[in-house]
Amino acid sequence: MKILVPVKRVIDYNVKPRVKADGTGVDLSNVKMSMNPFDEIAVEEAIRLKEKGAAEEIIAISVGPAKAQETLRTALAMGADRAILVETDAEVEPLAVAKILKAVVAEENPGLVILGKQAIDDDSNQTGQMLAALLGRPQGTFASKVEIEGDSVSVTREVDGGLETVKLTLPAIVTTDLRLNEPRYASLPNIMKAKKKPLDTKSAADYGVDIAPRLKTLTVKEPPVRSAGIKVPDVDTLVNKLKDMGVAN
Amino acid sequence: MKTLVWVEHDNASVKDATLAAVTAAAKLGDVDLLVAGQGAQGAADAAAQIVGVGKVLLADDAAYGHALAENVAPLIVGLAEGYDAVLFPATTTGKNVAPRVAALLDVAQISDILSVEGPKTFTRPIYAGNAIATVESSDAKLVITVRGTAFEKAATSGGSGSVEAVSATGDAGLSSFVGAELAKNERPELTSAKIIVSGGRALKDADTFQKTIFPLADKLHAAVGASRAAVDAGFVPNDYQVGQTGKIVAPEIYIAVGISGAIQHLAGMKDSKTIIAINKDEDAPIFQVADIGLVGDLFTLVPELTSKL
Repeated sequence: MKILVPVKRVIDYNVKPRVKADGTGVDLSNVKMSMNPFDEIAVEEAIRLKEKGAAEEIIAISVGPAKAQETLRTALAMGADRAILVETDAEVEPLAVAKILKAVVAEENPGLVILGKQAIDDDSNQTGQMLAALLGRPQGTFASKVEIEGDSVSVTREVDGGLETVKLTLPAIVTTDLRLNEPRYASLPNIMKAKKKPLDTKSAADYGVDIAPRLKTLTVKEPPVRSAGIKVPDVDTLVNKLKDMGVAN
Repeated sequence: MKTLVWVEHDNASVKDATLAAVTAAAKLGDVDLLVAGQGAQGAADAAAQIVGVGKVLLADDAAYGHALAENVAPLIVGLAEGYDAVLFPATTTGKNVAPRVAALLDVAQISDILSVEGPKTFTRPIYAGNAIATVESSDAKLVITVRGTAFEKAATSGGSGSVEAVSATGDAGLSSFVGAELAKNERPELTSAKIIVSGGRALKDADTFQKTIFPLADKLHAAVGASRAAVDAGFVPNDYQVGQTGKIVAPEIYIAVGISGAIQHLAGMKDSKTIIAINKDEDAPIFQVADIGLVGDLFTLVPELTSKL
């Protein structure tokens, strides 16, 4: 079967985002961008399934600006076979991304779509579930273990109280949690080879999807700043502080 | 405006996070609740006691036993016709179901709201809580998940809702529940605890974590949390993780022991009322958000603190 892996180019997770002074958004000019960490895990899982013989082809896809090509090249260098870039400079909401992915699924007919559970920029945690809904397929969200068993897939999910295992009929949609795997680094030879792998560029219009946003961002602000704290010299002072707060007797 | 809140429950009682969603829903208009489950009459009766609730819709069917999104979403979509907004607590189950409902209704979901600014205007955190966006929806119907720590919990007694059965939509036949491994925890639940003691990588190993953090937590009747580093190193199970990708908490007091304070961890706890940090590195970023900091070796300081409380 084929596996489709959507990846997103986002601000690098180590960078502290700065809110623009005019409140229109977060300043992304001259900021290091990388593949969304959950998507790296998704690519890794797809490659492992291929290495186990459970998949024949891995297609990486990204919806975003021309620079998202770099993110796709990273996926190709890790081991994806080919890539599709749906190019747009607009910010695309999860619902529109899900609609684009639905159209791509109709063309490519993958047995599995593996997405990250959330993008660390908009923190929405929606796209995988929305895609599953639009396709009428089952979803295994927040996966920490994925096992193909014939015409179904068993997914262990990270839930609030612990872990839960569900069995989904294939084709299915899976979203990755942090503990699913440890993504590999792309080696230099593989980065060179990835430059020769096919990368198709498309537009949202090619898939007939309207990407106009449904949510209007009115302002983006810094969160309230915590007032400076104090340092206490020893445990006794801390104990007294806790007593003052009514915590200890 | 008429709102419907999906209730997270254990068949007998309503989970705390739902109570915050009820408060958020009440800011928008009349509140009805949906209890979907198998043998969930008890939860429906409990839901009817919540202050401010009108109707409690009870969908009792084997298909809803484990809140599988494939089965629950069509039920909610069917009921959504009579409502202007559908709200979910932003728990793992709420986050699993809500976007499926939103897509079926062809609306954009608004995730993890922090406040209600107007009938269609909300604030929500982005970039791991490093920015707060105010967003306005242009959709006719709203689908929202509510951050549990951002709203007061609605009172669980004194309400006079009426329970009304609704017919089930059946099993979609796409997925099935195999089993669950739930962590045993006799301490308070992390997301609703008043005090949390959290440990990080500096705790060295699972045994040291237990011996250092747990006694202090027990003394304070606190819940135990952990940083991602501590979870990845196997000191404690995953569901202890506090942060952008773990649980979001906002207790009265958060005690961070041996946690450096990475952006992703702060995202999960920086709305705590008082933050106390114990760390040997006085330049650790955690001290920038801590109200009270104590610099030194946690292996001597924490036992000393525990014994003096």
